[in-house]
Amino acid sequence: MTSAAVRARAAGEPARRLVRLGLDLSKWDCLVALAGNPNVGKTTVFNALTGLRRHTGNWPGKTVTRAEGAFAHRGRRIKVVDLPGAYSLRAGSADEEVARDFLLSGEPGVTVVVVDAARLERNLGLALQILEITDRVVVCLNLVDEAERHGVSVDAARLEKELGVPVVPAVARRGEGIGALLDAVAEVAAEPERRRPRRLPRRRSAGQDLGDAAAEALYREAGRIAQACVARTGRGAGRFERALDRWLTSPVTGFPLMLAILAVVFWVTISGANVPSAMLASLLVDRVHPLLMDFGASAGLPGWANGFLFDGVYLATAWVVSVMLPPMAIFFPLFTLLEDLGYLPRVAFNLDFLFRRAGAHGKQALTMAMGFGCNAAGVVAARIIDSPRERLVAIVTNNFSLCNGRWPTQMLIATIFVGALAPPALAGLVSAGAVVAVALLGVGFTLGASWLLSSTVLRGEASTFSLELPPYRPPRVLQTLYTSLVDRTLVILWRAVLFAAPAGAVIWLLSNLSIQDASLAQHAIAGLDPFGVLLGLNGVILLAYVIAVPANEIVVPTVLMLTVLSLGDPALGAGAGVMFELDSAGEVAGLLGAAGWTTLTGANLMLFSLLHNPCSTTLYTIYKETGSVRWTALSAALPLGAGFAVCFLVAQLARLAAGG
Amino acid sequence: MSDPALNLLLFAALALGCCAMAWPGRGGAARIRRLWRTSERVRAEDVLKQMHELEQEGRAATVESVAAGTGIRRGLAARLLEKLEDRRLAAARGRGFRMTQAGRAYALRVVRAHRLWESFLADRTGVRPEDWHDEAEEREHELTASEADELAAALGDPAYDPHGDPIPSAAGDLPESSGAPLATLMPGEQAVVVHVEDEPREAYHELVALGLGPGVAVERLEGPAGTVRLLVDGAERELAGPVAANVAVEARAGSPASVRPATLAQLEPERAAVVAGVSPLCRGPARRRLLDLGIVPGTPVVARLRAPGDGPVAYEVRGALLALRREQAALVHVEAAEERP
Repeated sequence: MTSAAVRARAAGEPARRLVRLGLDLSKWDCLVALAGNPNVGKTTVFNALTGLRRHTGNWPGKTVTRAEGAFAHRGRRIKVVDLPGAYSLRAGSADEEVARDFLLSGEPGVTVVVVDAARLERNLGLALQILEITDRVVVCLNLVDEAERHGVSVDAARLEKELGVPVVPAVARRGEGIGALLDAVAEVAAEPERRRPRRLPRRRSAGQDLGDAAAEALYREAGRIAQACVARTGRGAGRFERALDRWLTSPVTGFPLMLAILAVVFWVTISGANVPSAMLASLLVDRVHPLLMDFGASAGLPGWANGFLFDGVYLATAWVVSVMLPPMAIFFPLFTLLEDLGYLPRVAFNLDFLFRRAGAHGKQALTMAMGFGCNAAGVVAARIIDSPRERLVAIVTNNFSLCNGRWPTQMLIATIFVGALAPPALAGLVSAGAVVAVALLGVGFTLGASWLLSSTVLRGEASTFSLELPPYRPPRVLQTLYTSLVDRTLVILWRAVLFAAPAGAVIWLLSNLSIQDASLAQHAIAGLDPFGVLLGLNGVILLAYVIAVPANEIVVPTVLMLTVLSLGDPALGAGAGVMFELDSAGEVAGLLGAAGWTTLTGANLMLFSLLHNPCSTTLYTIYKETGSVRWTALSAALPLGAGFAVCFLVAQLARLAAGG
Repeated sequence: MSDPALNLLLFAALALGCCAMAWPGRGGAARIRRLWRTSERVRAEDVLKQMHELEQEGRAATVESVAAGTGIRRGLAARLLEKLEDRRLAAARGRGFRMTQAGRAYALRVVRAHRLWESFLADRTGVRPEDWHDEAEEREHELTASEADELAAALGDPAYDPHGDPIPSAAGDLPESSGAPLATLMPGEQAVVVHVEDEPREAYHELVALGLGPGVAVERLEGPAGTVRLLVDGAERELAGPVAANVAVEARAGSPASVRPATLAQLEPERAAVVAGVSPLCRGPARRRLLDLGIVPGTPVVARLRAPGDGPVAYEVRGALLALRREQAALVHVEAAEERP
């Protein structure tokens, strides 16, 4: 069937009958499971059915836990469960286990198998396996437009006859065929008995040889059906895509193109975020903060409550929002566009040789790049890795990617301490080089730690490698903006705010509660100082990293505030427990110099900023993703241990060199 | 401030100490854990297992041979053998001992647990072949008979472990091991490997590195005396005599080796081939994944893209573009494709 015919069929679509209910799952008459290979547009079909906007991406293996939604159709309330993409029901990966368990035990009334029209043969493998379990199946022949572009047309009527279950052609991203799909689902749900679908002879699936034989029979049948139903007409866009692939993955042009694309993404993020960040900061910190203080005073709040609420809780939150939001709001949509386009799997393909040596998966290149934006997002992105060992490696090592929240710290410190060593004309270049060197050191640590993990604690975890290079798909810009904002940016920002608010309170309390004429912060600084000095840092820095654990963004303001506090000069800063920033690097340099900072302190702060425990948002995300306290603890201990060791070594060597 | 040189020395000592403690398998922590686990029962089970092995080889179980096989001191071995005699699991005979009926059944239970564990490690985890044996050596003592049965059922009741050794049944029947030593193969003859000995470690590592394992088809080639030259997966390999003695084969004419199978890894870009099979050395999750992706005998493949460095190669398989690493591609046998229309 052509996509024109789909459109004609879609024209009379009973879209009005779709009363969308969003997430109200209280009552339903029919349970529909949505199954399919990874990257066949299953989530798009799910969204089209339920009206939810789940994040879709041109990535095999996007949906990890199952998603549920509901809608009404012809007065029946239908619940839809979106299962993770699976190549088979033989449970190779965690995703596939979820899908299989649900189909076997959840007893869905109807199973909709979404297949990709352009890759029908491979997709039929799963469809035939599902038909062995249940006959209440509707096949959704998705992406018929893409298949047509590639010169592939599928005879849906013939496929229906071959499989013995309804087959509905669709272009889910444009909503075409969804009405027909609903009708078919309703029809199958209403039938008490199904006509016999095509089934392969039953066999016990056990042992290597039997498993082989089953897979072979399955694909022989899939090949036969595809032969009968698929007609290839010409080459179409295939040639262009193949040429594009050659350019993007060739050793000569692949790397320069990749570096250029990533450099543009980072440049746009960093330079584009400056202005809105400054605007947000001036609004939330310079304008709203004094207003709130005045409001508190006029409402009769005692001074300590005013300070606690507005200097502590509010200011930390405002700081995190203004520094974190703009880069994420720029970086994630850009990244998602590349993902939609299908470019990112090619990057994984290009870089796999590096990660293979480290016992990791090429896709970790992507989670690492995502980590440059935000480590929490990088950890979530590790879902695209379907091999258990490599996924854990990617999660645990993500913190070695220098995230957005640490770039400003790096740049400020590099300008003050490293740039100052060079002649003024070169200062900018040298300090930028120092920051890039730290970021590259992070990449080195990622690879080294990956190797260490996969050859020690993760040695026994099951490991498989497969990397599908999906066809290039035109991105949907608006939807990308929407979903990447909602799914990635706001979710992470919300988590960060949840952690920042209490941290603000703690920072304020530490600075304002006193025992024996010194604030708690001063006691802590004095206590931590010997250890800090041993590491080439100082007590202020260590305390700042402890209390600024919610977000790396507030480390510098906290360091400044604590430095002023420990200097005890009331003329400086904005008051105890009030974070602040100075307008120029020169002022900061003066303040830090007065507090006894040396080049060594600066260099080690840069190293420690790269190598320390992940922020609490990331730790929480790691816990959510792995469900394990052990891996979360390891993710914190590994970079922290590396940081202590590296800073210690650098400090001692520097002192040795200076002394001798 | 303390002396930096002293600090560095202290740090180095600390780092060395940590390594010595935490080194996987050989470190202090691992040794302590092993010592902790090694109860008298575990030692007794090891002795019984050794007696079973000696019986299979037709050798007498004496204090000396048991001590040598298990690595237990002779005094302790003698004490353990006495204990086994007290429990009527072994009986003195001549200079040595033999197992009683009950002792043999007990030994077979331990052997069963060991080989099931090896099968589990091969099929369900990412543990490397070199480590299967050592890991199973520890776990075999933790498995009760009913747990062993559960494990066997979950694995689909395998008849052989990943080294080709038969797994005793729950009832205690041990199938005969079959196969002739590799050296008995004449040049030009083809055969299939049915068993590789997993001890000593070094010899086994070499066999793994050469791509030899149960199910692999080989052809013997002319070679210098004292060595065995083989054609394995289309590549020529040479084994030293003592290493070759650890491999048992079953003659099988017309095995895939006779057609010198090429592997997917040798396929040039833009060339087509048809999958002939997935090597038996590709096991467990990795094998299932390849099959699930549609790489089964009869599947046409075309090599499309080659990643930079020694990275993966993307193949067109059943309409999808699929990247495989070289070591995976080397495990997929292919035949020349008929000319595409």
